[in-house]
Amino acid sequence: MSAVVTRSTPASRVAMVLGLVALVVLAAAPWWAGRADMRLMGEIYLYLSLACLWNLMAGYAGLVSVGQQAYVGFGGYMLFALTVFAGLNPVVAILAGGLLAAALSVPIATLIFRLKGAYFAIGTWVVAEVFRLSFAQIQALGGGSGSSLPVAVVKELGAKKAAREANAYWLALGAAVVVLASVYLFLRSRRGLALTAIRDSETAASGLGIDIWRTKLEVYVVTSAFTAIIGGLIFLQKLRISPDAAFSVNDWTAFVIFIVVIGGIGTLEGPIIGTLLFFALREVLADFGTIYLMVLGLVAIVVMLKAPKGVWGLIRERYDLELFPLSYRVKGKE
Amino acid sequence: MPEATLTLSNLDAHYGDFQALYGLDLELAAGEVVAVIGANGAGKTTLMRSISGLLRNRPDAVRYRGQPIGAMRADQVAALGIALVPEGRQLFPSLSVEENLMIGGKVGRAGPWDLGKVYELFPILEERKAQASTSLSGGQQQMVAIGRALMANPDLILFDEISLGLAPVVIRQIYQALPSIVGEGMTAMIVEQDIAQALAMSSRVFCLMEGRIALEGRTEDVTHDQITAAYFGVEA
Amino acid sequence: MIEWTGAIVQGVLLGGLYALFAAGLSLIFGVMRLVNIAHGDLIILAAYMGLTTTVMLGVHPFLALLIVMPLMAGLGYALQRGVLNQTLGDDILPPLLVTFGLSVIIQNALLEFYTADPRKLPGGAVETASLDLGGITVGVLPLLTFGIAVAVIAGLQFVFYRTSLGRGFRAVSDNQDIAQLMGLNKAHVFGLAMALALAVVAIAGILLGMRTSFDPAIGGGRLIFGFEAVIIGGLGNLWGTLAGGVILGVAQTLGAKIDPGYQILAGHIAFLIVLAVRPNGLFPRVEH
Repeated sequence: MSAVVTRSTPASRVAMVLGLVALVVLAAAPWWAGRADMRLMGEIYLYLSLACLWNLMAGYAGLVSVGQQAYVGFGGYMLFALTVFAGLNPVVAILAGGLLAAALSVPIATLIFRLKGAYFAIGTWVVAEVFRLSFAQIQALGGGSGSSLPVAVVKELGAKKAAREANAYWLALGAAVVVLASVYLFLRSRRGLALTAIRDSETAASGLGIDIWRTKLEVYVVTSAFTAIIGGLIFLQKLRISPDAAFSVNDWTAFVIFIVVIGGIGTLEGPIIGTLLFFALREVLADFGTIYLMVLGLVAIVVMLKAPKGVWGLIRERYDLELFPLSYRVKGKE
Repeated sequence: MPEATLTLSNLDAHYGDFQALYGLDLELAAGEVVAVIGANGAGKTTLMRSISGLLRNRPDAVRYRGQPIGAMRADQVAALGIALVPEGRQLFPSLSVEENLMIGGKVGRAGPWDLGKVYELFPILEERKAQASTSLSGGQQQMVAIGRALMANPDLILFDEISLGLAPVVIRQIYQALPSIVGEGMTAMIVEQDIAQALAMSSRVFCLMEGRIALEGRTEDVTHDQITAAYFGVEA
Repeated sequence: MIEWTGAIVQGVLLGGLYALFAAGLSLIFGVMRLVNIAHGDLIILAAYMGLTTTVMLGVHPFLALLIVMPLMAGLGYALQRGVLNQTLGDDILPPLLVTFGLSVIIQNALLEFYTADPRKLPGGAVETASLDLGGITVGVLPLLTFGIAVAVIAGLQFVFYRTSLGRGFRAVSDNQDIAQLMGLNKAHVFGLAMALALAVVAIAGILLGMRTSFDPAIGGGRLIFGFEAVIIGGLGNLWGTLAGGVILGVAQTLGAKIDPGYQILAGHIAFLIVLAVRPNGLFPRVEH
C-alpha cells in the first residue's frame, strides 16, 4: 500500500464547481437582479474583499490592525483626486491609488512595525487618524465636509445609469474574485507556507531561515494596496466622500473584524461565511441601529470566547470540510 | 497508623497527547523525608507540578491529610500548607530579595518561619535583602527560593532539583541547611539527580522511570545496583 | 513670545489629563500584558456616570467621584473576572478583539441611553477661575487636573513598589505560575489591577467631562491619546507616562497655535517622530 499526499478533497472539488456556477450566475445579475439588489450585492463583494484582506493580515500574518480604514479612505480620496485633478479614467485612478498606497505603506510599516502585538493595533489606528486629519486639511478636496464626484467623471463609467450601475457591479464582483483568488494562491505559494510557519511558531520559522520582518512587510504592503483599491470602488459606488466617512473605524474596521471573527479567523472560508451572516443580520436588525451594533459586538465576544475558530471552525470540526484546499492530506492508496 | 500527610492514588498526568505519569501510587507519613530520583524526563518535575496544583487532576488523585486536592488551583494548595521550591529557582526578577521572601509569606499561615528566622538560616540574604534578586549568585538565589517557600510555614515542602546548576561547594552548603529545616517536623519530598545528596537526607526513596515508579524502598535497604537498574532501566 | 509660553504652559497642564488617560492603560499592560481597546470608551462611560450622579443628586462632579470611582472599580473587577481573564494567554487576538467588541458595545449603549448630543459636567466656579502667573493666565481647573495627575501617579507608584498588593502585581507579572504557588490567585490579582485601573479611569472621565463637552463617539480618540503618552514616555514607567502626556499636550497646544485644525495632528506627528527616533520611548524602564 502506498500513500499519496493531496490537497484537494471531494468537498473542495464540488465547492469549486459550485463556485464557478455561482460566479456565472452572479456575473449575469444585471440581467436578472433589481437595482437595490445589485447595490446590496456590490456592497457584499466589497466587504468580502476587505474581510479577506484583513484576515490575511491578522489571521495569517499576525498583524492585527484596527487602522485599515487608512487605506480604504486613501483609495477613495485617490479616486477623487486623480480623476478631478489628473483627468484619469476612474478605473485607472483606482488602480493608481492602489499603487500609491503600496508605496506609502512601506515607510508607514517601518515605523509601526516597531510596535508589538496590541500596541501595533493602536499604532495603525493613529496612522488612520493622521490620514483623516490630513485629508480634512486639503481644501481642494472639500476639506472637512468633503466633495462629490463630478458628473463628467461619473459618466466615464457609462453614459446611461443602467450601464454605470452594471459596470460598478462588475468591478466589485471582479475585485472580490481577484482578492479571493490572490489570497488563496498566495497562501498556497512558498511565501504563504512561510507565513503559516510564522503563525505556528516565530522562533521555529526564523530558525528555518524565514525573514519574518520581510514576510510581514510584504503582506502589509500587498493588503494595503488591495484595500486602497477596494476603497476606491466603495467610493465609486457612493459618489461622495468626506474624511469622516472615508476613514471611519466603525465602517471599515469594526464591521470587517466582526465579519472575520464570527466567520472564523485564519481560514479562507471564514470571511465568506462571516460576510453572509453579517449582511443577513444587518437586513434583519438594521432598523434597530445601536441595538444592532451592540448585538454584533456581543456576538463577536461570545464567538471569540466560546468558539475562537468561528462559525466555519464549528462546521469544519463537525464535518471535516475544507472548501479551499490549503492543508495537505495523506491519502491511503491500494 | 496515623493518617498519611500525602497520598497519591493512580495519578496520571498529561501534556496534550503526551502522558508523563502513569498511575502513580505513593504515600508520605507525617514528618517523613523521601527522595524521588530518576533520569531526565522520568516525570519528577511533573510529579511536583501535580502535587502543587500547577497541573490539575482528578480530585482524589492527590490527597492531603485525607482531603482531595488534585483538582485545586495552586494558590489553594499553597494555602493548605504545601510549598514548592521550583526547579531553576524561579525568583521574581522585579522583586528585591526581601520582597521575594515576603511574597512567600503571603499565604499567611502561622508557624516558626519569618524573615528573621530565614536570615538566621541564610545570613548572607540579610546583607543582600535590598538587592534585585537577579543580582545574586546561583547559590544565593537558591537560598532565597528555599526561604521563600519556608515563609509560607508549610507542613509539606517539595524541593525540585535544588542542586541543579550549582557548584559542589554550594550544594554542600545548601544541603547542610536542610536538616535544620526538616527537623522542624516538616514532611519533605526531595527530587534530585544528585542521588548521593538525596539519599543522605531521606528515609525512603522512590525511583521514577518513564512516568512509573520503578523502585521503592527504605533508603538503607536499597542497594546501589538496584538504583542503577531502576534509574537506567537495565538489569544490573 | 508670551503667547507661545502660554501655549506651552497650557500644553503641560493638558498633559496631566493625558497622563491620567494613560496611567490605567499602562498599569494593565504592566500587570497582565493586556491592551484594552475599550479603555477610552470606559473613560467616557465614567464621564456619563458622573453626569447622571451630578444631575440626580445635585452634587458637584468632584463629589460624584465618591460614587463613580467605586462603581467603575467594581465594574473593572467584574469585567476582568467575568470576561477578560478568559482571553489572556499567548495569543494576542482574543484580548484585542474582545475589548474591541466591548468598545463597540459601550459606545452604542451610551448612544442609546444618552443620545449623541454633546454633554458637559457642571463644574461651577472652578471651571472659569484662573490665576495670573507672571503674565500667563492659567485656569484653576487645568492646574488642579495636573496636580491630581501627579498625585495619582505618585499614588500608583507607591502601591506598585511599597505595598503587598503591588508586590502581588509585580510577582504575577513576572511569573504567573510561581506567583500562584505563593498563594496568589492570579484571576483575583488581575481583577484588582483592573479595578484600580478603572478607578483611575473614573478620575480621568470626571476631569475630562468638566473640561470639555463629550459625546459617546469620542472614546477612541482618548484611547489614542493615552496610548501615545505611554509609548512616548516608554513602556513600564509611570513617571515617563506623565512626561509622555506632557509632550503630547505641548505638541497639541503648539499645533493649535499655528492653526486650530492642526491640534490633534501635531500630537500624532510628535508621537510618530518619537517612534521613529526612540522606538522604546524617551524614558524606558531601567531595571533597578
